[in-house]
Amino acid sequence: MGNFDRSMSLAGEPPKALNMGQKLAVLTGMTGMGILILQLFNLNLGNSALWLSVAILAIFAGIIWFSQAAYAHKHKGIKNDGVWFKSMSSRGVLAWMAGVALTGFYIVLYFYPEYLGLVKDGDNTGLIALFDPLSKALSGNPASQWFVYGTLYTVAILAFGAKFIWKYRHNKYEQLRTVSVMFFQTAFAFFIPEIMARLNGDLPYYDLKNMWPLNYYNFERYRVNGFIDSGSVGMTMLLFGIISIFVISPFLTYKYGKRWYCSWVCGCGGLAETAGDSFRQLSDKSKFAWKVERWVVHSVVVFVTLMTTAVIYSYLGNDTSKYWLTKTTFLSGVAVILTAVFAWVMIYKREELEKDAKYGAIGYFTIIAVLIGMHFFSDSGNIFIFKAETLRSTYSFLIGSIFSGVIGTGFYPILGNRVWCRFGCPMAAVLGFQQRLFSKFRITTNGGQCISCGNCSTYCEMGIDVRAYAQKGANIVRSSCVGCGICSAVCPRGVLKLENGPEKGRINSKDVLLGNDVDLMDLVNKK
Amino acid sequence: MEHIVIIGNGISGVTLARHIRKLSEKRITIISAESEYFFSRTALMYVYMGHMKFEHIQPYENWFWKKNRIELVNGFVEKVETETKKLLLKDGTSLSYDKLIVATGSKPNKFGWPGQDLKGVQGLYSKQDLEMLEKNAPNNKVCNRAVIVGGGLIGIEMAEMLRSREIPVTFLVREKSFWNGVLPTGESAMINEHILEHHIDLRLDTNLEKIIADDNGYAKAVVTDKGETIECNVVGLTAGVTPNIDFLKDSGIELGRGVKVNRFLETNIKDVYAIGDCAEQHEGIGSRRPIEAVWYTGRMMGEALAQTLCGNPMKYNPGHWFNSAKFLDVEYQTYGWVFSERSKKDTEQHFHWRHPVEKICITVALNKDSHQFLGINTFGIRMRHEIFDQWLTENRDVDHVMTYLKDANFDPEFYKLHEDEIVAKYNADFNKNINPKKKSWKRIFSIA
Repeated sequence: MGNFDRSMSLAGEPPKALNMGQKLAVLTGMTGMGILILQLFNLNLGNSALWLSVAILAIFAGIIWFSQAAYAHKHKGIKNDGVWFKSMSSRGVLAWMAGVALTGFYIVLYFYPEYLGLVKDGDNTGLIALFDPLSKALSGNPASQWFVYGTLYTVAILAFGAKFIWKYRHNKYEQLRTVSVMFFQTAFAFFIPEIMARLNGDLPYYDLKNMWPLNYYNFERYRVNGFIDSGSVGMTMLLFGIISIFVISPFLTYKYGKRWYCSWVCGCGGLAETAGDSFRQLSDKSKFAWKVERWVVHSVVVFVTLMTTAVIYSYLGNDTSKYWLTKTTFLSGVAVILTAVFAWVMIYKREELEKDAKYGAIGYFTIIAVLIGMHFFSDSGNIFIFKAETLRSTYSFLIGSIFSGVIGTGFYPILGNRVWCRFGCPMAAVLGFQQRLFSKFRITTNGGQCISCGNCSTYCEMGIDVRAYAQKGANIVRSSCVGCGICSAVCPRGVLKLENGPEKGRINSKDVLLGNDVDLMDLVNKK
Repeated sequence: MEHIVIIGNGISGVTLARHIRKLSEKRITIISAESEYFFSRTALMYVYMGHMKFEHIQPYENWFWKKNRIELVNGFVEKVETETKKLLLKDGTSLSYDKLIVATGSKPNKFGWPGQDLKGVQGLYSKQDLEMLEKNAPNNKVCNRAVIVGGGLIGIEMAEMLRSREIPVTFLVREKSFWNGVLPTGESAMINEHILEHHIDLRLDTNLEKIIADDNGYAKAVVTDKGETIECNVVGLTAGVTPNIDFLKDSGIELGRGVKVNRFLETNIKDVYAIGDCAEQHEGIGSRRPIEAVWYTGRMMGEALAQTLCGNPMKYNPGHWFNSAKFLDVEYQTYGWVFSERSKKDTEQHFHWRHPVEKICITVALNKDSHQFLGINTFGIRMRHEIFDQWLTENRDVDHVMTYLKDANFDPEFYKLHEDEIVAKYNADFNKNINPKKKSWKRIFSIA
């Protein structure tokens, strides 16, 4: 037989091709999706509760069946065969189609919910109407586009979470982490807020695991009023929101790194790690991308800090007798906190920051200058020439909708699953800052065992060039690392381990690796 | 400015170049006919399996070389003239050097089998071999069966690669049990089982007699020494590697199987050095072989020679032996020396533990009389390199290793740990009463 009659089969060859079980599973899942899509065209299927259940069950069953067909007959271990051959996971036609469809969905969701069937005064129609029975059962209210989105989001995390657990069934860390995100999404993001709304109608929707600056809107006037008006439950929630930022998250990040949030609790992270798992290898690992990442994500932090300050400032009064917190006290408070953090970092952690210290200083002084400016040049409605509300709505549009939704999730199949977390999330940046400077977490490199194969870097969803550290024998201490643990899982030689240890010696650059002449190692590494 | 010319852009040559650049402003040129940029040879398999694209197995971005003023020449050196310090390349050009480093690596062994040069018969070492395999075995329709000859690390990798495309594989292994010239019996037996689990047709104690051609000069079957004819489209020759030094035959450089070097990695000719797979020590260092075709030793030779070339003469002086590999789904690490029954000394005794269900086991080698710890093989358990390195340096005995074994574990968090069972078996086998100590960060990080 000649060796060059390459198969022309369009269905592809193993490991690219789907087996029969996978094909049937896709059909099942797509049937569920089909029901939802039909609803978009306002086909009245009749019993909404029934059809919604059928649709969601079909999607669920399809994904689980697919996983079973993909992994059940295989041994425990790494399941990356054919990742770069499959259209879906290597930016092929399917990936672009999925990307366009997802992006389109987000645009409609954020900006044209009426196409989904949202009716402001009156009964919903279309897709949203299909979700009415479920929403009424939970909170007592008709569904909104956000309820539809939240339900589908939770279904995705649960079903693809099960797939992920199957895929990594040899790896306890991955399994536990996934169970955790599945739990937090279902309980904290989905059920609890709906039920709280039923119990207490005045309480604003509050996903307790979301904290500022991720929920940048948390301290807006209507929410703060809502909390305060709801008595002790509301006050507790408001307080919890503040403690989360200043106490809980720094403490947990110190002990475990930012992974406790980003890959164990967070909803955005939850979707990325489950539904987005097939796209983790698409993140850009170049040094240039890292540079862009640092500029963009830290600019978002500056933006969200200023925006939130401006929003709170705008609704505070000037009279101390009416309320203890006034415009001036608030601004000074913000300035004091920022100065304390800045001073602490510059005094104790300056060397670790190296060149970035300069950029940190630029960011800090920008904010302080604006705060001072706010004090002198603003009145109650305006911050400089802008309305606080304009700042807020700009942030909400650019960052909250376009970045985190349309680009962040819509572009999963093209840019990878953590684009939002890496380039846009201010929460991740703040936690990352702590992780880099004030945490016990690191990924330990195991002596001289690295063979530079590149699996770790390729499968790092945050685009960290893990290998660059591992092949130097250096630990990986990077602010962007979300601690998903996949680098350690895919390493064929057992070189990487996520762990929390003493801060001393956490960052350890080496040029000559363990295994060589001890004198040489001393000579080169101690310089 | 002194011109350093390195032939070969593998891990040895590239490590050398990087370290010279850190230490000096010398002009550095790397010549390779294999690839434009450095790539990780050990990762070639993952390209065929679709885990990575070729660009992913290149450890440095393409701008790296220019930025670090490392000149890359794409060419094949045909002749080395040591008297005029000149290299003649296949394309007719020539290149002068002040110092020459031979880092040309290996090529697959061929033992004169009839039919070994037929089409469809190949080794798996170079980028070109990978490209050839992609042509020879793109899928199980073009390649109905592959036969792999030689039960070593490359053989099992090749089997894993082909299985990822669901190509039936017959695996001929000369030994009575897989890799038992290196692995002790228990481990070798476990890997035999694992190979079969992966539906690889493992033929132990079986040699290749000849490869039969079809009318077009392609391999169509192999004949084994058991008289069996196995039809196939691809034959993988993976019976070890040999230094890739044919081009040095008439250069006057002393050759054995490899390029003969002393501990400073100098050849018999002034200003000519050799490192990596192709270098052959006059005598093996410690228990090491004179030729070490291992990623890590190539890197270490590069690290050491850079010092010598930059005015700080430094012997190649490797520390405690370590290595790693992966057999299908089972990771393997070794620290210190654990010899197989075939090659171990009488004073070396083994302690073996194997998990009742999972493919997990360890073997600890100790001195029968002094109970000094000599080395450990681990399968399916990750261990800390630093800790074992330290224990070997301190000449610890096995009791110490067992007592502090939990410190050495490097498995991911939340993994089920097996130290208690291991130590219990050790206590039973050696009639001891050791209580394993709890893992201590303090001990672990005072070392690392």
